[in-house]
Amino acid sequence: MVEIFGIPSQALFGQLLLGLINGSFYALLSLGLAVIFGMLNIINFSHGAQYMMGAFVAYFLLQYFGLNYWVALLVAPIVVGCFGIAIERLFLQWLYKLDHLYGLLLTFGVALIVEGLFRNQFGSSGQPYQMPDQLVGGQNLGFMFLPNYRAWVIALSLGVCLTTWFIIERTKLGSYLRAATENPTLVRAFGINVPRMITLTYGFGVGLAGLAGVMAAPIYNVSPQMGAELIIVVFAVVVIGGMGSIMGAIVTGFGLGVVEGLTKVFFPEASNTVIFIIMAIVLLIRPAGLFGRRG
Amino acid sequence: MKRLVGLAALSAALMCGTAQAQQITVKIGVMSDMSSLYADIAGPGSTAAAKLAIADFTKANPNVKVDLLSADHQNKADVGSSVVNQWFDVEKVDLVIDVPNSGIALAVSEIARAKNKAFIVSGAAASDLTGPKCNANTVHWTYDTWMLANGTGKALVKTGGDSWFFLTADYAFGHALERDTGAAVEANGGKVLNKVRHPLNTNDFSSFLLQAQASKAKIIGLANAGGDTINSIKQGAEFGIIRGGQKFAGLLVFASDVNALGLNTAQGLTLTESWYWDLNDNNRAWTKRWQAERAAAGKFPTMVQAGVYAGVTHYLKAVVSLKSAADGKAVIAEMKKMPTDDPLFGKGTVRADGRKVHDAYLFEVKKPAESKYPGDFYHLRATIPAAEAFRALKDGNCPLAGS
Repeated sequence: MVEIFGIPSQALFGQLLLGLINGSFYALLSLGLAVIFGMLNIINFSHGAQYMMGAFVAYFLLQYFGLNYWVALLVAPIVVGCFGIAIERLFLQWLYKLDHLYGLLLTFGVALIVEGLFRNQFGSSGQPYQMPDQLVGGQNLGFMFLPNYRAWVIALSLGVCLTTWFIIERTKLGSYLRAATENPTLVRAFGINVPRMITLTYGFGVGLAGLAGVMAAPIYNVSPQMGAELIIVVFAVVVIGGMGSIMGAIVTGFGLGVVEGLTKVFFPEASNTVIFIIMAIVLLIRPAGLFGRRG
Repeated sequence: MKRLVGLAALSAALMCGTAQAQQITVKIGVMSDMSSLYADIAGPGSTAAAKLAIADFTKANPNVKVDLLSADHQNKADVGSSVVNQWFDVEKVDLVIDVPNSGIALAVSEIARAKNKAFIVSGAAASDLTGPKCNANTVHWTYDTWMLANGTGKALVKTGGDSWFFLTADYAFGHALERDTGAAVEANGGKVLNKVRHPLNTNDFSSFLLQAQASKAKIIGLANAGGDTINSIKQGAEFGIIRGGQKFAGLLVFASDVNALGLNTAQGLTLTESWYWDLNDNNRAWTKRWQAERAAAGKFPTMVQAGVYAGVTHYLKAVVSLKSAADGKAVIAEMKKMPTDDPLFGKGTVRADGRKVHDAYLFEVKKPAESKYPGDFYHLRATIPAAEAFRALKDGNCPLAGS
């Protein structure tokens, strides 16, 4: 068997694939953050809490209404997105003209409150969530056993990421959005309701977090702190990719998933620091991030 | 005459003294993980258990007044140390109890020794607390890594699980658990093939599980706890670990973890605990009171929380016997002298090295169909008598053990 750095190449392929799968969560979450930052200039620190809410909404739907995973996949992002819209209408809309710091502090506070409320209600050890029957089992790829659910995660995530990128970068709606960020007054002069567009964009970004939460529920522990653990890493991903860059967030999300996966093979102890080391290096060499437009 | 007056004054003073000494004030601090991965294992539930213990004790001993504090160490040793320092120096706390997370427990134990206060460990697991790092101010109550390793490790090797791969949380507790289990496995004729160490609070275990799968070990030993264990088992089911013929050994699995996994995923898991809420009538009655105190009818207390109740009770008995909580070392010595007796752990002893000794139980998680009511998690597979459940006094390398 061929070995690369003492690891059988087959095992290495498996790890690369797993890295991509984990990267798809990073990509989905950092995409939402990038959309929100790029369009609204808000550093959305409650993204992790909203991801957690997505997972919990899926759990509620199953537990109290008997609605399965597939329904949750549609409903949970909408519910969480509406929560986001409420937050935007109530608080965030007053902060756009102020320094980034205000938005960051506000959303951080929202995250702490939401997580605290969930912890108070459900405790910290988590809730069970079964995998949908259709996706149980897996395929033997020769070099690894690929659970069907993971294959589904990577496909769905790629699809959602690319669609979002296409809408924002290649459609008329997207060009309105981008124009509204550059010069809201001028865009309003053309008769476009900019505040409503901004609100819906925030709702969409938050909905993406909710979607990632539903996707995580069958494989990760559904607990109130599940988002807090992930959000810091996802922020690092966004910073590496370049704040506000949509493609940057997607590519870096998948890329760093792979890097992290490889670290888990060669030096597992460092697997949750490696992303921050990369972040430090990138910030030294390219302060605007790998795909950053400003700088 | 002068002498007579002096004697009278002295005896008056003595009488006053006895009358006054009966009023004893004690201050207890519950330090726990109140908000992160161990908050259900210990956390606010430990505070509730301490409250119950204090209520029961002061009812029988109205002359004892106990103040209770609690704090969140956030799983950070520096936060834990600074809170405990402040408790001892400013708040005049006499006893710190619980402290899940062995890294922090080891730090607190050292502070308690330096300031001559008392420390009862319930939440942390590292057997080093009564081994090389033992001291005369610390008692380790509920369980430890050696007990878990010996209970689960031995049972699995005996039933054919003779090759092991460890998934280990990369800090004091995980290392101790891996070392103790490895020793138990090898002592019983098994073999440790390999191990991988993951950072605390890891989200995705698939990469590690793949390595475990490739090792072809019969048993995958989970030397981790809380959310890490839940994620390992949940994702292990996904990757077909069980269907592939390998088996998980949850080396530290609590009732709250089984609840989070759901019986469907957790069924068949073998685990060791020193207390289970549904084991006998005493435990069930206490569980009801705990649920009322905690205002959580659907939650079930863990052995750690039961240990906090029993630890506080025994500590207060020792304080009353000495009539003072001022000298931490003396109170701990008194705790070791008195046999323990409480409704949850029954009769037992605290050894010279600070190890509290009682029975341990080997459980197997029920199938969903076998579970009759909420919280009905385990079959009792074996009772490990106190004498065998914990590491022998002479094997711990504790300097106190020799004297």
